[in-house]
Amino acid sequence: MAATQETIAAVEEATGQYKYGFVTDIEVEKAPKGLNEDIIRFISAKKDEPEWLLEWRLKAYQKWLTMDSPDWAKLNIPEIDYQDIHYYAAPKTAEGPKSLDEVDPELLATYEKLGIPLNEQKMLAGVAVDAVFDSVSVATTFREELAKAGVIFCPISEAVHSHPELVKKYLGSVVPVADNYFSALNSAVFTDGSFVFIPKGVRCPMELSTYFRINEKNTGQFERTLIIAEDQSYVSYLEGCTAPQRDENQLHAAVVELVALEDAEIKYSTVQNWYPGDAEGKGGIYNFVTKRGACRGDRAKISWTQVETGSAVTWKYPSCILQGKDSVGEFYSVAVTNGAQQADTGTKMIHLGEGSRSTIISKGISAGKSNNTYRGLVQVMPKAENARNFTQCDSLLVGDKCGAHTVPYIVSRNPSGKVEHEATTSRISEDQLFYCHQRGLDEEEAVSLIVNGFCREVMKELPMEFAVEAQKLIAISLEGSVG
Amino acid sequence: MTLLEIKDLHAKIGDTEILHGINLTINRGEVHAIMGPNGSGKSTLSYVLSGREGYEVTGGDILLDGESVLEMEADERARAGMFLAFQYPVELPGVGGMTFLRAAVNARLREAGKDEVDQLAFVKLVRAKAKELGVSDDMLKRAVNVGFSGGEKKRYEILQMALLEPSLAVLDETDSGLDVDALRIVSEGVNALRGDARGMLVITHYQRLLSHIVPDFVHILAHGKIIKSGDKSLALEVEENGYAGLIDAAE
Repeated sequence: MAATQETIAAVEEATGQYKYGFVTDIEVEKAPKGLNEDIIRFISAKKDEPEWLLEWRLKAYQKWLTMDSPDWAKLNIPEIDYQDIHYYAAPKTAEGPKSLDEVDPELLATYEKLGIPLNEQKMLAGVAVDAVFDSVSVATTFREELAKAGVIFCPISEAVHSHPELVKKYLGSVVPVADNYFSALNSAVFTDGSFVFIPKGVRCPMELSTYFRINEKNTGQFERTLIIAEDQSYVSYLEGCTAPQRDENQLHAAVVELVALEDAEIKYSTVQNWYPGDAEGKGGIYNFVTKRGACRGDRAKISWTQVETGSAVTWKYPSCILQGKDSVGEFYSVAVTNGAQQADTGTKMIHLGEGSRSTIISKGISAGKSNNTYRGLVQVMPKAENARNFTQCDSLLVGDKCGAHTVPYIVSRNPSGKVEHEATTSRISEDQLFYCHQRGLDEEEAVSLIVNGFCREVMKELPMEFAVEAQKLIAISLEGSVG
Repeated sequence: MTLLEIKDLHAKIGDTEILHGINLTINRGEVHAIMGPNGSGKSTLSYVLSGREGYEVTGGDILLDGESVLEMEADERARAGMFLAFQYPVELPGVGGMTFLRAAVNARLREAGKDEVDQLAFVKLVRAKAKELGVSDDMLKRAVNVGFSGGEKKRYEILQMALLEPSLAVLDETDSGLDVDALRIVSEGVNALRGDARGMLVITHYQRLLSHIVPDFVHILAHGKIIKSGDKSLALEVEENGYAGLIDAAE
């Protein structure tokens, strides 16, 4: 609870529109701007990678060169100059810290400001944290305790050395290198991220958590996360992200792969709060993320929960491939856009296994002159006898200059498949606002209550600690959007 | 001590003037009833008092504890001690009852420069008050007003009033939609809150509420004006003869 209180306090201190907009002044080692084979060799050498991984990267790069940026989303994105980005930036002191004592105090102070204590209090709260700063993982806590349970939780750059057979077997097995433009880019230049392995029959004794932070100017963040849950295992993983306030756009192109084997369950929660740019759309993070989980075993379950409040542009569709018999996929999403933000987000549920089930609950809130699109695919393949899906997409409009769009794709190739889709679009009513005002709540508090109520079905899926933070974030994101 | 003074109050919605010069003074400890036929301006008066948007005051003044509230927003008036029990309480989907009640009480405490409520103590307090008003634990767990019956909504309004302890409580047609038993429970709840600390304005169409909540003064509102004032016997007169005779006599 101490850490929860701390998180609440940190968020409550927020005064401006974006409280994470500070820049940390630490010495950084950067690769020169631009993308070419030499840069990829540089990154690979920095990580002292084995030959097979370098080859893998170079192949991905060659693929990427032949691909085009996707243009089907309802997003208006200025052309990105991929040669004007640093593909590697690392805090100088961050070369393999063994314990928190070795981590640059400036860096720890940054995480303090973010309300992400890597300290004892967090330890007491029982959450293991991996912190990724620009391109490298700077601190992973609680590793020894996890190791006792057989759980591996470490930077992926380290897993490449310590568990090469696992990385080799699963990397790119859920999201193939050439899956899309951004996954190919990520495969070529990814720098760090988290690696999680839960052995057979183990229930991970604590929540695992990674915080991503882009600090350097003109730096892209390309993290790669790989989570493997063996038979009958369980893990809950949390991810949070922030970036400083800058006038230039920054690129974030991550790939997350989840593998759930027989009877395994992975719960993946994200609170995304990258800098959204100013009200006119200047600056902000371009967030192009490929997240996908494979329920490979029978009765495997993967559950995505996301609260997306940040980024100038969000292009993200956490998906489930439901291969196992009676496997389960879930997607719970809250996407808030304000100012000039654009979000095109949703999910894909691919039903391959007999009796596979999926649930999609999406809550989109648009304010300012933002555009918020739900895009989802539910696909029932021929062998997926008795597959079921339920989808609910609700949109809430705040003000009269924003847009909410719902684009569901449903493909059923098995006559026994049952797919349901419900959608609503509403506004915060004047009656509701007046009722709250009459009880003494000001505009901000009233909107926050009503919006959080609207999102409740999703928020209750978040781990307690995150839920409180997410509620405050939604309130902060909508500040100044009414009245 | 004077709590509320309404002075020659004129108000309009859009281009239509609804209130044509209302005068009314309520002292602490007093319960006033406003009766009137449909369309007389009763609900408009409650909204104008509580500062609802879209209701424009075109003349006169409203003073709470000697201060004009005309420049205050609805939430500021609420925090200054004004409470409106709604005729049709609004549903707030997904907003937990305890969360809502706590937010409302904390808003008032912050205004008064006091500490916010202790969560556990607050839950206990709410449960105790809820029990007196026949508000079940289940209702407290549900989202605000969602799926409540008409009677449950009204009891929930009175529960909020009991927790917020306003100096001025305006009850807008609190009896509408209530059966005899619910009317009794709600009235008992209201009567328990009577006292020197606050004044009440009970707006109703029918006399029957006033035999449960016995007012000190009764005013008849018709065509946006108070046409007659008296004591509780005036309510009985309305019950007996209807509004028509009184309105004719006034015109």
